[in-house]
Amino acid sequence: MNLKNLLPPRPLAENSTGMGEYLKKYGIFIAFLFICIILTVATPNFLTVQNMVMVLRQISINGILAIGVTFVIISGGIDLSLGSVVALSGVAAASFAHPGAYGLWVPLLVGLLIGVTIGTVNGLIITKGKVAAFIVTLGMMTIARGLALVVSDGRPISNLSDSFNYIGGGEFLNIPIPILLFGAVILITSTILKYTKTGRYIYAVGGNENAAKASGINVNSIKLFSYIICSGLAGLAGIVLASRITTGQPNAGVAYELDAIAAVVIGGTSLSGGSGKIIGTVVGALIIGVINNGLDLLNITSYSQQIIKGLIIVGAVILDRKN
Amino acid sequence: MNQPWLLKAENISKSFPGVKALDKVTLTIEGGKVHTIIGENGAGKSTLMKILMGILSPDEGAIFYKDEKVKFTSVNDAIKTGLSMIHQELLPFPELSIAENIFMGKEPTLSIPGWINTKEMNKNAALLMDKLGSKIVVTRAMKELSIADMQMVEIAKAISNQSEIIIMDEPTSALSNREIDILFGIIEELKKQGVAILYISHKMEEIFKISDTITVMRDGRHITTCDIGEIDQQKLISLIVGREINSIFEKKESTLGDEILSVSELTGEKFKNINFNIRRGEILGIAGLMGSGRTEIVNSIYGLEKIIKGTIFINGKKVKIRSPKDAIKNSIGLVSEDRKKYGLVLGSSVKHNISLSSLRKFANGLFLNLKKENEMADNQINQLTIKVTSRNQVANFLSGGNQQKVVIAKVLLNDADIIIFDEPTRGIDIGAKSEIYKLMTQLASARKAIILISSELPEILGLSDRILVIRGGEIKAELSQVEATQELIMKHAMA
Repeated sequence: MNLKNLLPPRPLAENSTGMGEYLKKYGIFIAFLFICIILTVATPNFLTVQNMVMVLRQISINGILAIGVTFVIISGGIDLSLGSVVALSGVAAASFAHPGAYGLWVPLLVGLLIGVTIGTVNGLIITKGKVAAFIVTLGMMTIARGLALVVSDGRPISNLSDSFNYIGGGEFLNIPIPILLFGAVILITSTILKYTKTGRYIYAVGGNENAAKASGINVNSIKLFSYIICSGLAGLAGIVLASRITTGQPNAGVAYELDAIAAVVIGGTSLSGGSGKIIGTVVGALIIGVINNGLDLLNITSYSQQIIKGLIIVGAVILDRKN
Repeated sequence: MNQPWLLKAENISKSFPGVKALDKVTLTIEGGKVHTIIGENGAGKSTLMKILMGILSPDEGAIFYKDEKVKFTSVNDAIKTGLSMIHQELLPFPELSIAENIFMGKEPTLSIPGWINTKEMNKNAALLMDKLGSKIVVTRAMKELSIADMQMVEIAKAISNQSEIIIMDEPTSALSNREIDILFGIIEELKKQGVAILYISHKMEEIFKISDTITVMRDGRHITTCDIGEIDQQKLISLIVGREINSIFEKKESTLGDEILSVSELTGEKFKNINFNIRRGEILGIAGLMGSGRTEIVNSIYGLEKIIKGTIFINGKKVKIRSPKDAIKNSIGLVSEDRKKYGLVLGSSVKHNISLSSLRKFANGLFLNLKKENEMADNQINQLTIKVTSRNQVANFLSGGNQQKVVIAKVLLNDADIIIFDEPTRGIDIGAKSEIYKLMTQLASARKAIILISSELPEILGLSDRILVIRGGEIKAELSQVEATQELIMKHAMA
């Protein structure tokens, strides 16, 4: 059948290379740069080191959440419980973080374990119980919020140790700790997705669950892993938030899951699963952060800001799809 | 009408980046005839059909319908003019009724605009189905129908559009022989009413049975058009591939080794009491009509279907297979009949699909060795002559034959010793078919055990050492290569 090698390849209309392909691949970066350029021209204070560090610190929590939910979305699922997990892990960690009570590792471990446990519960009900992820995590959103209120008796938990507050407020080598944590999460999660079997399987499960199963992949354990990573990172975000505001706040994190999902979608990950990259999500979070910051600098009222933000989110995705 | 033809497409050219998909192709279609278009996948048939149906617009050339020059900018234009297409993969609305499916977009209304006249719609739908000799109740949901009945509904839809030209893209690929006979009856009826059928198929037997005129395409060019009586199968194949193929089956005398797999009293939901064994170097054919339970039997051996009762032995040892993971561990591989569902992650690259089952081979501890993965993927692409622009090409954009080769590459890379091929050549062009036949024979020579399920009897007869015939979930006959004939197999399969 060597003759066949001489025949021309089939037409590849949707897969051509060139300008279109280039824009498709880097459209989101170009959009980000474009927004930055506009803000640099429009306000004198945007492009300063101080402001850039502030933006990065502001987005680090949403960024960590968004990276977590990227795993779930690539695997073909969704997680709506993130904001409540942030609150629950925050108050739980704070209850163990009073000065002189325990070592720093205790509140950290408690916060992370809360996240991991909720992820496990979500994952098990979705895989073993065969309930839609939307429903399970919607229920969990209410349950975790309720738990946060019960644990804290509805009151903020304050008077936290200096070492605990250092996580959200401190710096290392002049870089705020939340930014360093965000950076570490980016590195580790990108590595998992690109260089491990588990990472590859997450794409396969989201792309075609049946084919993944027929290829010998344990689909349920891959889904479970995604939900655990997602909620575990929400636990981390809860610790960072409680530390930054120096209180465990049971009403914190309302609707954070939506900002996180917005960052994922802006970053080019399809909600139908099977594709997406951590770097895209990071740029998505950056776009949201830069828009928030820019509108503040432009003295636009917080009411109007919401309208503009919504328009830009939808617009960014339309542009991305067009390209 | 001054011309004898209904439609004429003249000097149609269409280019995609890097490839000329159609090069000055001319096609004339006459009413009351079945005009078959044949060619390998990638010959330009699909592009031409898409242009006729207004899905793509040609770079050059013109289309004439009856006396007028027409220009279609959408599928709606084509349908209004008088063309309908029945796609290979049907796209019904599964939850809606048959009548609602037929009249989608052109529902009869009551005097209040926007309100559907359900009574009238159901009555008309019933009339249409009746005309086609179908007795299905038109208020039933589409999802309850067999694929053959769904196709009937599609044909009813085409007739309700008053189409004078109906394009059928591999309509029999999912039909049983009995259903094919019904379809051919309808085609004859449509011919009598002056409807032109543009027929696309890879199956030689039915092409010679149903066609009046045949057009061969190759590499985007029109090769020949002639009456079916002027050509024989051998000549046709050589025109399609551009060279003579003496025999596409190269069955050699096989030397059988030790028994590698046997099943005892295997029983599942759709089959019962299945006993058979297979030896190294053997090709075991499994024949039977669609729905006879043959796919369920092999799927259960692969862990995709539940086993209620019975035992599987590999190399004489009893094994438990609860999932494909277990099957792969026991060196069983499956090339599924439904490659889009069970074979491929369509949105992923060729490389990632090939390596999916055997990532452990590229893992150094926790991390994947991507360089090694690339090398292995390239190696498989070369060995199986998979036509790709690069290993990173998305699987969705490959032709059916090349997609199938990707699935096979995945199974082979996993070092399976028992390989199940379930309808491995469905919807695949003749060139790729013969490559897959050759590969199966080679694998058998390499002491692998092959289980081959196929609806195409020549395939089963040409390749198998032994043939099991399944009917109603049971093995009805076991035939040796010497005694098996098409007639004998069909006798046991249909009874």
